[in-house]
Amino acid sequence: MPIEIPKDKWPGKIQSVTIGAAAAEGGTRTKSITIGGQTCMPYLHYEAPMPNRPVIAIEIKSRKPDDWSSLLAEVWGDAMNDPAQWAKKAEEAGADLLVLALTLADSPEDAVKAVKAVLGASGLPLVVWGPGQAEKDNELLVPVAEAAKGEKLVLGICEDKNYRTIVATAMANGHLVQARTPMDVNLSKQLNILISDMGMPHDRIIMDPTTGALGYGIEYGYSVMERLRLAALQGDTMTQQPMMVTPGFEAWKTKESKVGEGVPESWGDWKARAINWETLTAIALVESGADIVVLRHPESVKRVSEAIGELISV
Amino acid sequence: MALSGIQIYKLLPQTNCKECGFPTCLAFSMKLAAKQVELSACPYVSEASKKQLAESSAPPVRLITLKANGAEIKAGNEVCMFRHEKTFYNKPGLFIRVKASDPDLAAKVTKADAYKVNYVGMDFTVDGFAVEADGDLTAAVKAIRAVSKRPLILISTDAAALDSALGLLAGEQTLIYAADSSNYEALADTAKKHKAALVVKGDSLDALADLTPKVQAKGVEDMVLDLGGKNLGEWLTRSTQARRLALKSNFKPLGYPTIFFAAQNGVEKEAVYAAQAISKYAGFVILDTFAPEMIYPLLVLRENIYTDPQKPIQVTPGIYEINSPKPESPVLITTNFSITYFSVANEVEGSGLPAWLVVTDAEGMSVLTAWAAGKFDAERIAKAVKGFDVASKVSKKRIVLPGHVAVLSGELEEELSDWEIRVGPREAVDLPAFMKQALN
Ligand code: SF4
Repeated sequence: MPIEIPKDKWPGKIQSVTIGAAAAEGGTRTKSITIGGQTCMPYLHYEAPMPNRPVIAIEIKSRKPDDWSSLLAEVWGDAMNDPAQWAKKAEEAGADLLVLALTLADSPEDAVKAVKAVLGASGLPLVVWGPGQAEKDNELLVPVAEAAKGEKLVLGICEDKNYRTIVATAMANGHLVQARTPMDVNLSKQLNILISDMGMPHDRIIMDPTTGALGYGIEYGYSVMERLRLAALQGDTMTQQPMMVTPGFEAWKTKESKVGEGVPESWGDWKARAINWETLTAIALVESGADIVVLRHPESVKRVSEAIGELISV
Repeated sequence: MALSGIQIYKLLPQTNCKECGFPTCLAFSMKLAAKQVELSACPYVSEASKKQLAESSAPPVRLITLKANGAEIKAGNEVCMFRHEKTFYNKPGLFIRVKASDPDLAAKVTKADAYKVNYVGMDFTVDGFAVEADGDLTAAVKAIRAVSKRPLILISTDAAALDSALGLLAGEQTLIYAADSSNYEALADTAKKHKAALVVKGDSLDALADLTPKVQAKGVEDMVLDLGGKNLGEWLTRSTQARRLALKSNFKPLGYPTIFFAAQNGVEKEAVYAAQAISKYAGFVILDTFAPEMIYPLLVLRENIYTDPQKPIQVTPGIYEINSPKPESPVLITTNFSITYFSVANEVEGSGLPAWLVVTDAEGMSVLTAWAAGKFDAERIAKAVKGFDVASKVSKKRIVLPGHVAVLSGELEEELSDWEIRVGPREAVDLPAFMKQALN
């Protein structure tokens, strides 16, 4: 007699969100990307189909970063000096979309120029991050949003201390926002409410619940994501945004990834360990419900992409 | 699933004869539900009721212990689907697969057996070895036992070979891999004879659920499931379904821990496969590759996923001395989240630079998380500096804040008006450079 498999039937649904606009939608992207739309916990196809696969973004910067691991400098080479070249290489490496991180050294003109160069070099949908200082973020992201009007960029990173200007310019120019809160279900919810209250439609908000790297608090991010997803499926509309997390950024700042010398022998080969650190951080987050993972190393992109392929095929 | 007092009452004689020492059967059943008495105190329970009560009190996922002379590893006894609901209890054992035919067997086992890695003050090792019987199994077990005392899994379907190898492992709890519908009778007999646990293998959950009662009927209670599944997606589905059936439906035929071979689709996928297995309910994970650069992250992932979410790992707040600090050595501030503490302490210790490390009570949260939650603010830091009487230990009243909370420096200057407040780097890894360059 066949076993009766218990199935969860949820009242809630994850919001579908489309990033990037092709020519027909008023932008210049080769194609747009849609995430979200799930009605069950990750990859449980026997309960409900998974309408959209999670996607992988590769993080590039407007200027060559001086604090990235030499393993990353080795793999991206000279392309790191030119965001357009870097964008092309990232697309070749299998990115579904790109994250362009602006820096404190950028003027508003530099920022617009870098964004235009990336949009010109690659047809992938684009996320643009400010350098992470409220005033500077606003100074750079407003002209970027205006210059790329209609492209359906994702602008980030909105935090509870600084979201109004970014949300306002995203609304005025047809973009989306990334809403980040520090590993807490209620804080995520609260920021979604604040942003919605400004009039931003739900299909243009992506929440970033923040994660720690493997070994540095990943279990908090992991469980917050599972709890957010469960709350969303139970019908809490303010937790129904798709989730975006940054395992690349987190993993590559750990000593395990960054440093090759003066570490215990039991850590093994540096390069393989560093890539495992990024890949495993990302895999755990993909299992717990991430819709976008932002990575840095092409090898991690390849491995996480293969894993997602296996998880979505039935 | 445990029965309520009322449900138990229905299974009792309901004669209120008082022989159990309680005035009524109902009173006795309430005590039984609270696990304060033994069922044997009532001499009149029927055999049928006894059986039902025993079944209901068994854990939904059976506890399996593999044991050798000194080391043991447990799987099962889990109670939830998501770690935040309670916690995951028994960390999946990581076993290295070795081949009986391998001329370097002893050397490989020796190396993997000696592997030890430290993570936030804890030493981790591999848990045991899975021996593939592609050669003389008994000779292989003998060779392994000469160099390792960790538990074993024997991969063979040859009952005679297993019988001989298990003869060398008396007093241990070993796992046999694996019985299927064609060979379970012989393997169950061998397992029973040697009190070994037995893996049961099937192409589907239906096939497994069909087989486990048959193995049980042969007298083997300790079973482990190989769920099969062609890739990550299929295994995740089966693992989730088996766990749910056990926990939610109290479905006994699948109420056993699982075993997973991480290299089944190639060693290049091994780390990712093992990572999913660790996150998603596996009881034993078999690795074909012994590579520290893969084992270390997997051991850390396992520790992170199996950490009790109700009890963040903390260190005791206080002032810690690193590299024998002197009065003129710098004072660094951090939180009592153990990962944060160890990152900072390891960096400073490794640099050889002396420092006083003030660990603030931030309720076991990292710098950023604690700051966002209001558990790491100027007031708390000032309280720590004053409370631990840092001033009495140093000649230079200067403290270094973590870069992530640079915003606190103004307030802190007010709280600690006679101290100089400096903002350090955001990441611990950058501390030694900061201490050398900026703190002179
Ligand atoms: S001994 Fe058994 S039958 Fe008698 S009162 Fe106690 S529970 Fe009831």
